[in-house]
Amino acid sequence: MSRIKYIQNLLETKQISCVELTGKYLSSIEKQNPVLNAYVNVTGDEALKTAKIVDEKISLGQKLMPLEGIPMSLKDNISTKNIETTCCSKILRGYYPIFDATVWEILKKQNSVLLGKTNMDEFAMGSSCETSCFGVTLNPVNTECVAGGSSGGAAASVAGNMAVFGLGSDTGGSIRQPAAFCGLVGFKPTYGTVSRYGVVAYASSLDQVGPITDSVEDASIIYDTLSVYDSKDSTSSGSKISTHDKLNKSIKGLKIGVAKEFFEGIREDIKKSIEDAINIYEELGAEIIHFEMPKLKTVLPVYFIISCAEASSNLGRFDGIRYGYKTNSYKDINEMICKTRSEGFGREVKRRIMLGTYVLSSGYYDAYYKKAQNLRGSIILDFKKIFEKCDVILTPSTPVTAYKKGEALKDPIETYMMDICTVPVNIAGLPAISIPCGFDSDKMPIGMQIIGNSFEDYKVLNAAYQYEVQAKRDISPSMSPLPGDRR
Amino acid sequence: MKYELVAGLETHIELSTKTKIFCQCTTEFGGEPNTHCCPICMGMPGTLPKLNKKVVEYAVKAGLATNCKIRNISKMDRKNYVYPDLPKAYQISQFDMPLCYEGFIKLSSGRNININRIHIEEDAGKLVHERGDTYIDYNRGGVPLIEIVTEPDFRSIDEAVEYIEKLRLIMKYICVSDVKMQEGSLRCDVNISVREKGEEKLGTRTEIKNMNSLNFIAKAMEYEFNRHVDIIESGGKIEQETRRYDSDLNITESMRGKEDADDYRYFRDPDLVTISVSEEEIRKLKNELPQLPDEKLAVFVNEYGLPKDDAELLIKYKKIAEYYEEASKDSTNKKLASNYILSQIFRRLTTDSEKEECRISIPPEYLGQLIALIENKKITSSMASNTLEQMLDSGKPASEFLSEKDMQGIDEPQLREICIRAVNENAEAVKSYLEGKEKALKSIIGYIMKETKGKADAKLAAEIIMEVIKK
Repeated sequence: MSRIKYIQNLLETKQISCVELTGKYLSSIEKQNPVLNAYVNVTGDEALKTAKIVDEKISLGQKLMPLEGIPMSLKDNISTKNIETTCCSKILRGYYPIFDATVWEILKKQNSVLLGKTNMDEFAMGSSCETSCFGVTLNPVNTECVAGGSSGGAAASVAGNMAVFGLGSDTGGSIRQPAAFCGLVGFKPTYGTVSRYGVVAYASSLDQVGPITDSVEDASIIYDTLSVYDSKDSTSSGSKISTHDKLNKSIKGLKIGVAKEFFEGIREDIKKSIEDAINIYEELGAEIIHFEMPKLKTVLPVYFIISCAEASSNLGRFDGIRYGYKTNSYKDINEMICKTRSEGFGREVKRRIMLGTYVLSSGYYDAYYKKAQNLRGSIILDFKKIFEKCDVILTPSTPVTAYKKGEALKDPIETYMMDICTVPVNIAGLPAISIPCGFDSDKMPIGMQIIGNSFEDYKVLNAAYQYEVQAKRDISPSMSPLPGDRR
Repeated sequence: MKYELVAGLETHIELSTKTKIFCQCTTEFGGEPNTHCCPICMGMPGTLPKLNKKVVEYAVKAGLATNCKIRNISKMDRKNYVYPDLPKAYQISQFDMPLCYEGFIKLSSGRNININRIHIEEDAGKLVHERGDTYIDYNRGGVPLIEIVTEPDFRSIDEAVEYIEKLRLIMKYICVSDVKMQEGSLRCDVNISVREKGEEKLGTRTEIKNMNSLNFIAKAMEYEFNRHVDIIESGGKIEQETRRYDSDLNITESMRGKEDADDYRYFRDPDLVTISVSEEEIRKLKNELPQLPDEKLAVFVNEYGLPKDDAELLIKYKKIAEYYEEASKDSTNKKLASNYILSQIFRRLTTDSEKEECRISIPPEYLGQLIALIENKKITSSMASNTLEQMLDSGKPASEFLSEKDMQGIDEPQLREICIRAVNENAEAVKSYLEGKEKALKSIIGYIMKETKGKADAKLAAEIIMEVIKK
């Protein structure tokens, strides 16, 4: 069931006021955030202000917009006017944007209630929120584990019942992986359908904003609201299709592609969960089609070359001159920029900037960047061919479930490998969703991924929805309908 | 001189679109520092560029006017380098697929200067050094530029100067830039090498960066040429490097050598989509192009019969050329309007900018009307000159200063009457003339002119007088 609709019903039938509702979420944050560290900035006053406006509308008997009055969170790389936006990097501490990201502008117009900004890996580089200058975000399912990343704060805000939904961004899996780790739905839409304007860029050709929710229907409602053409973003296409209208379509005859390459190096219990899910799909009348994806082994190098190259350029602007952190003492402008960046960026960000600078350097460009671009083109073509035979592709979301904190930092390469299932989606600009499909022996959630063809977000969402209904997943078992209420 | 100069030019021209290349900010020159800026041209985190279509149109026009081919499909690239006036730490430019390529400009000698490419890019901000501190003004950041790169085709400083002047004029004619060098809307980098005459191989080149005055460019080239020659003569080796021109000392000095050259790490800007310009759009833009200066010069000389020097003076200022065309459009003697403009009118337009802006107090029709009076023999040229002065003083038409009678002219019977009277009243002069003093005739004509207030046709009057005398 959609939590958004459930709450809007409570509001419209005056079973609860929006101020009261917002108060429940704020006290949930107050109680849990010191441990979970999902939020890096709580905007309680703003939230209550919006809630009052919503209550006035309700008292006037006005109909609510789809996301009106819904308490939610934004990842801290989404620009919010006059609200600090740091990307969880020391270099952006004290930066208050003078404009709103388009996605926030849309939600603002909807009177969505912003509870605060959520934790993330520094500049979205990482998969456990451990590169954040504010420290790790813990997993509400088990606080010994990380919530994932980079949108770990967004996932924890929802899983911890500290927000109805969170907006995250996904460059290589940053929405889907934390959603999988926290037992939630994480949807990365087709590249271009949701505006990137005002979302601080990590890798421009891969970044995409999307929701983390606890139901597919909510993801669909949010996506439909956000997928609007934005003239400020040249790569914006928007989407005119209502995915919500297509949610109840039968998936009889739906062709689901499965490739063995996506299961290599995946933990056995996760494989088993996905196989169970495949059985459910077959029961629902879907047809399973096996295909091969030999190029899957190239996606990680391609991803790291392209994302780091773009990042090295995108992050050049943080020089301490106009905004954010600036070093204390320096002799001249060169030293100022150099020291500001050395002190302001964390290890992982520096690593990726250096890698990106290297692959773009003259003499290395052809061997790395150009080759990666060519491979990217052929990966896109491969997917195109696959989607001539399949409607969607089913894979695990992650090779492992949420791990203990500190583990990701031990071996960066090993950690990069964890993105193998999610990264190809960004390389090809495709829509993909991660939905819960079981638990491991430690009761940590397992996620499965459904990938669709470009602009067929509705097929992805409907396939996920049908599974969710069939598997009788209501609101996550660990969560009560409202924070503080008994289930 | 045993050595030959070989040079190529890279010219940056600010386009005069109303708004910047990637945002809606004004491109107006000046303004309080950092008032023509927004989050986009300040490169604030999360902002995205949106290509101004007008910039593409202007650049295509510039390409067409310089005989370039236009690329139907091109793209924008990032040129990465760190400098405080560049807020994103990259300039959005075009690397390997410039919008226009393979054009040329013909010099007066008939030699072609080949244009390798024209690409579009954004300008950077400006550092302002004041009171021992450095400030940044981002007003100029994001102003659209075209960079026009020639082949190393220049063989003399004069050629380079002529090329820049021609280029400026073309850009002005097609209205894509105001090309004000003192405001920096046209800036040049010069690549120079020297070789012995007859040598095919190019010498090692040096580049002199960012000059915005024709005078400086010429002086810098001269200095650099001599510097190269001196090094070669003394058996030295020229270092490939980037240099700057110091106008106070009139020298060039090294900025950085080849080893320190920036690695710009060009790559396609993922924030911007492919630029496509269809053949139809190109055709449309081509049709919008006005007559170019060289075409106009040919018309003025070949069709209007103007002396080449005069025609060149007129076309040098687009608005003056247009004023001339308008003023002379109904006259058969096209030289008349040109003469009045180049003498009496130009005497009043003392500065270049006054000519540039064509600050003439009367509209071209007024001048046209005055010329019609002359051509129809209604008034004499000396009357016309006086009248024109009065017109220019007041901004009023000729009719304000000439009575009905003045403009009537004198027909032949009237003139004959006056001539008879003149012969009768100037018996002395007639006598002298008959004695063979040709000069005497002039004094009789002078009398007629006085009587007719200069309106009489002197040639016709002379004929009549002789006729009368002979009788």
